[in-house]
Amino acid sequence: MNPPENPFDAPWQAQAFAMTVALHQAGLFTWTEWAATLNKALQGAAPDGSDYYTCWLRALEAILTEKTATTPAEVDALAQRWQAAAHATPHGQPILLENAG
Amino acid sequence: MPHDHHDHDNHLDPMEARTRALETILTRKGLVDPAAIDAIIETYAEKVGPRNGAQVVARAWDDPAFAEWLARDATAAISDMGFTGRQGEHMQAVFNTDTLHNMVVCTLCSCYPWPVLGLPPVWYKSPAYRSRAVIEPRAVLAEFGLTLPESTGIRVWDSTAELRYLVIPQRPANTDGFTRDALADLVTRESMIGTGLPRVPA
Repeated sequence: MNPPENPFDAPWQAQAFAMTVALHQAGLFTWTEWAATLNKALQGAAPDGSDYYTCWLRALEAILTEKTATTPAEVDALAQRWQAAAHATPHGQPILLENAG
Repeated sequence: MPHDHHDHDNHLDPMEARTRALETILTRKGLVDPAAIDAIIETYAEKVGPRNGAQVVARAWDDPAFAEWLARDATAAISDMGFTGRQGEHMQAVFNTDTLHNMVVCTLCSCYPWPVLGLPPVWYKSPAYRSRAVIEPRAVLAEFGLTLPESTGIRVWDSTAELRYLVIPQRPANTDGFTRDALADLVTRESMIGTGLPRVPA
């Protein structure tokens, strides 16, 4: 019997999905709240579903902002630090946030 | 322009950078545990999938008492087979008949019975399917290669965050004496969403 096909196109999609499941399990939001937030983020999505996880990530940021777990500014700043860390990391080595300096 | 600089430079996809940022923030706040995240990914990327649902369908075909239980209390009948977990808390099984074909959609977002089918395929999450399944199910089914007789009614079930549906297709002809595993091999993911039918034995 074949294993199920991998439902994720990129590791970040799996991470975003799993964080959402973990936060729901931890009780940060109900699944009904999540479905409503995801629905909002999916307005205007590509008809073929190709940007589904981009919408998913947007929804996750939105619900975390609503629950005051983070702010868009905090995510922006840290995303830039991760980008700086990537630039400062030689190819082939793991990218660590500390590398951002 | 020298091209060697970027060869040695890492660049994160913007979505990758934002996801890493979120994970860093949530881990620092103690809201998520990276090991638990990895375990969830492994479950949904590698372990849970439509083979689970196929076993449920095969047993329903093979065991009338189970089929009756499934019709009455799908959540209990399915968890009895060991398929439990997130998004499977409240299940309803909908049975195809000679005169009725069931299909499932989530018009709101992408609600789907993870424990029995794994995560949904891209088309299930697409706005095109989500909006058209309810309005013109027959045309959508035709695009999946499934043309039903006009006399067959189609019932579309709209999933919610609380209630998930599993379509129980009709058992194909000429499968008398098949083992449960052989029956399960005939059950496709699409047949359990209602956008397809089981395979017919060769």
